[in-house]
Amino acid sequence: MAILESIKVTRKEYQVDFPNDWCPGCGDFGILSSIQQALAGLGLLPHQVAIFGGIGCSGKTPYYVHAYGVHTLHGRVLPFAAGAKLANPELTVLAVGGDGDGMAIGAGHFVNMGRRNIDLTYILFNNEVYGLTKGQASPTLPLGLQTKSLPEPNIQGQVNALMLAMTSGFTWIGRGYSYNVKQLVRLIQEAVQHPGLSYLEVLQPCPTYNNLHTRDWYAGKDRPDGQPRWYDVQEEGYDPVIPEGADEETVQAKLAQFVEKAHEWGDRIPTGVLLVNRNVSTFEERIAQRIPDYRSAPPAKRPIADDEGRSVAVLDAFFEELAVES
Amino acid sequence: MSSRHNDLSWRVGGPQGSGVDTAARMFSYACAFGGLYVLGRREYYSNIMGRHSYYDVRVSAAQQPTSHRETVDMLVSFEAETLARHTTSTVAGGVVIYNVKDEDIPFERITFLDRRLREDLASYLREQELPPTTAGLLEDARRRGVQTFAFPYDEIIQALAQKLDVHKSVAQRTLNTIAVAVSVGMLEYDPECLVKALEKIFSGREKIVRLNVTAAELTYEYVREQFDFEHFAFRLSVNNQGKRMVVLNGNQASALGKLAGGLSFQTYYPISPATDESVYLEGHHTFPLRTGGTGSVVVVQTEDELSAITMAAGAALTGARSSTATSGPGFSLMVEALGWTGINEVPLVVTDYQRGSPSTGMPTRTEQGDLLFAVRAGHGEFPRIVLASGDVVETFHDAAQAFNYAERYQVPVIHLLDKNLASTTVTVPPAELEVEGIKIERGELYISTTQNGQDPFPRFQPTETGVSPRPVLGQPGTLHWYTGGEHTVYGRVTEDPVVREQQMEKRMRKLEVIAREIPVEEKFRVYGDADAPLTVMSWGSNKGAILEALELLAADGIAARLVQVRLLWPFPSDELRPYLESASPLVVAECNYSGQFARLLRECTGRACDYLIVKYNGRPMSGQALREALKQIHAGRAEHRIVLRNPYE
Repeated sequence: MAILESIKVTRKEYQVDFPNDWCPGCGDFGILSSIQQALAGLGLLPHQVAIFGGIGCSGKTPYYVHAYGVHTLHGRVLPFAAGAKLANPELTVLAVGGDGDGMAIGAGHFVNMGRRNIDLTYILFNNEVYGLTKGQASPTLPLGLQTKSLPEPNIQGQVNALMLAMTSGFTWIGRGYSYNVKQLVRLIQEAVQHPGLSYLEVLQPCPTYNNLHTRDWYAGKDRPDGQPRWYDVQEEGYDPVIPEGADEETVQAKLAQFVEKAHEWGDRIPTGVLLVNRNVSTFEERIAQRIPDYRSAPPAKRPIADDEGRSVAVLDAFFEELAVES
Repeated sequence: MSSRHNDLSWRVGGPQGSGVDTAARMFSYACAFGGLYVLGRREYYSNIMGRHSYYDVRVSAAQQPTSHRETVDMLVSFEAETLARHTTSTVAGGVVIYNVKDEDIPFERITFLDRRLREDLASYLREQELPPTTAGLLEDARRRGVQTFAFPYDEIIQALAQKLDVHKSVAQRTLNTIAVAVSVGMLEYDPECLVKALEKIFSGREKIVRLNVTAAELTYEYVREQFDFEHFAFRLSVNNQGKRMVVLNGNQASALGKLAGGLSFQTYYPISPATDESVYLEGHHTFPLRTGGTGSVVVVQTEDELSAITMAAGAALTGARSSTATSGPGFSLMVEALGWTGINEVPLVVTDYQRGSPSTGMPTRTEQGDLLFAVRAGHGEFPRIVLASGDVVETFHDAAQAFNYAERYQVPVIHLLDKNLASTTVTVPPAELEVEGIKIERGELYISTTQNGQDPFPRFQPTETGVSPRPVLGQPGTLHWYTGGEHTVYGRVTEDPVVREQQMEKRMRKLEVIAREIPVEEKFRVYGDADAPLTVMSWGSNKGAILEALELLAADGIAARLVQVRLLWPFPSDELRPYLESASPLVVAECNYSGQFARLLRECTGRACDYLIVKYNGRPMSGQALREALKQIHAGRAEHRIVLRNPYE
């Protein structure tokens, strides 16, 4: 693949000739642009990438990327993506979806995907509302808030998605903001390059239905100092890495600082890389321990027939276990 | 008394966790090592320990038995509940073997004996002026000509402990072997066959083999001295030398068929009675390939069935042969994704082991209640194939063939099995399970040859057959999109009315092609007297029972035929027509309440059945029961709908 490596991939190659129907000013645009720039910047060619989307505005992202795109079912984006990745581990797999898709209808998959640590990247577009169905509260909207289409203040509590990602076992956890594209590109690239399961939460305004956490609100325009609410933890020297072979004390300390960051909100909202756990094997490594040829002959590529179209499986040993001879 | 040589219906029962399965496996293997054909059938509760389970083993030298019998020639028990439940099913001339301690146990002391059964038995015994106890049942059996044999399990275990100088708790573990050895002794069967069975089951553990062989020898000695051989007509003897048989059940057959058919990715969420298939695959994930190298299957236990089917679908998009196995409740959850695979033309195999339903129903009992559900599952319309196997050997071949159908037509394939097939064990000549002859047909799978093309590919290009070239994720030159929404040829979401019509027509056209291309012998098979007007039409695991009923009827001088429909969707209406026209009467037999197959038949052909035989108590039909029902029908004495019942199953 030496020839391919010398090709410079540009963002343009990830752009599509297909009309985008998100609302003007939607935070999704910043995320879409960041995904395209990030993939190009990594030198990946479109055919090497598969992007899976859930259901909702954000779930349409695969429509707008010139790569293999799979628009799945509400809440099921992670298992679809995992199946493709496990069957063809050479694929670069991204899964994207909204806060309702991931934290409500798909929460069970989110938690259990954490147990596997499959090498894929999940980007959760968090705008705290169900946009496509006209602004109902999502599981990330805080208790008691009333966004504009809610008839009453939110009566249900909020799930802390970062905390859930940590306790579920995601080994790379980060947070970005849809209008900080420069940082977001870097975060997506790090998440993709992380050998294991990455969770990237992207805060985004919904200009149509979230009238509380708006672009101006994130920018801190209502604050006395007029400074943005979000800040980059890396700029403050935060080190998220649990190195390979780390002792229990180090692990505890890293988790403790993560928990602190995961609970910061309001006037100071942390963004950046919040946790990198290099101390956990990937699912692919675990499979390869059982199936030594897994990497060279994964499910998508292993031979199943000869040239005449006959099965090549030799199951004699399995039949022998069951055989009896008089 | 007439001799009953090499034809036996044997039953062992006991609390779950006590090794009833092991005893049955031991007895089955012992018979198979003597060249005898075996059919095993397992009944058990949704419970880990303590509830009653039993295992029937049908043995024959003449041919492979295809059905269990509801009557028992030899009942083996080591506790009271088995005696209570099955003594009345034992035939005259047969034998009931029981633990001497269980000679006189009042029914109310048997914890898990259902109140209904207890009262039924008590009232039956009252009519015989006998008490509601095991003693009452044993006395009734003796009056009916059944020999009862009190066996001192404890004494034999004690003697074994002394002889080998082991602790009694160690000797106690041979209880199942002793139970089997009693049978082998009474049947005057070759003890060497039991030794071979023990060696197979405890392979490599010489000490355990010796312990068990000694237990068997002590048992034979006791039986020789105490048993009244003269009043027991049943005998088994070695039938054949050098005959090789594979002993397997439906779960194993489906798993092996899938491996033979190129399965590379299987997902599952634990559910009875489907789990054993996936667990078997997980334990047999790597095997050699005829062309060199190794083949393998990645098995993933998912968090639920929604994940199981969607993960399998994701894998299928990359070109892997992919499937998931479940039962009705799990299949219910999978339905949203079934529609997704339909509109996206994903080749995916879903194996549904039907069980007693609806809802939790009877998780470990059988039923054919998912037929209409499988045919219709999902909102909206999309093509699918529904295939039902009739026996363990068919299960093997259909499990492989299902992938060919899925890939040739790019549709989801639902392979309908049931609990009955899952836990039926048979002896099969290896030639019937040959892997090398199995065809792999990948249809329009499109492998690109370019190194670096990034142009979109018309994945959903309408064609005459409706089947389009299918590239896989990750290859150059074939970029395309998938969406659960209606889409253009490139997989771009659209709501355009004309494109909608084109894509809908393209997809649905495949059903006509499937109906045209699948050979008639795959769609249905005819057994028995092909010209007989008395026609039984059925599907799935009833096949074996009906075949036996046909044989029994033939012996009674009644000619009949079975039309076993295997392709349930698209329904083979045209090809069935000649059989429907000549059927007189037309009898449909199936294990559900409402006659789902009969309804489908009428919907697709306009022909209503003349008689409907159904069974829905969670236990499979037997040849015996069907024979009686068909005799009534033949004599013109039957109602339109006949329900097969047996309160003692």
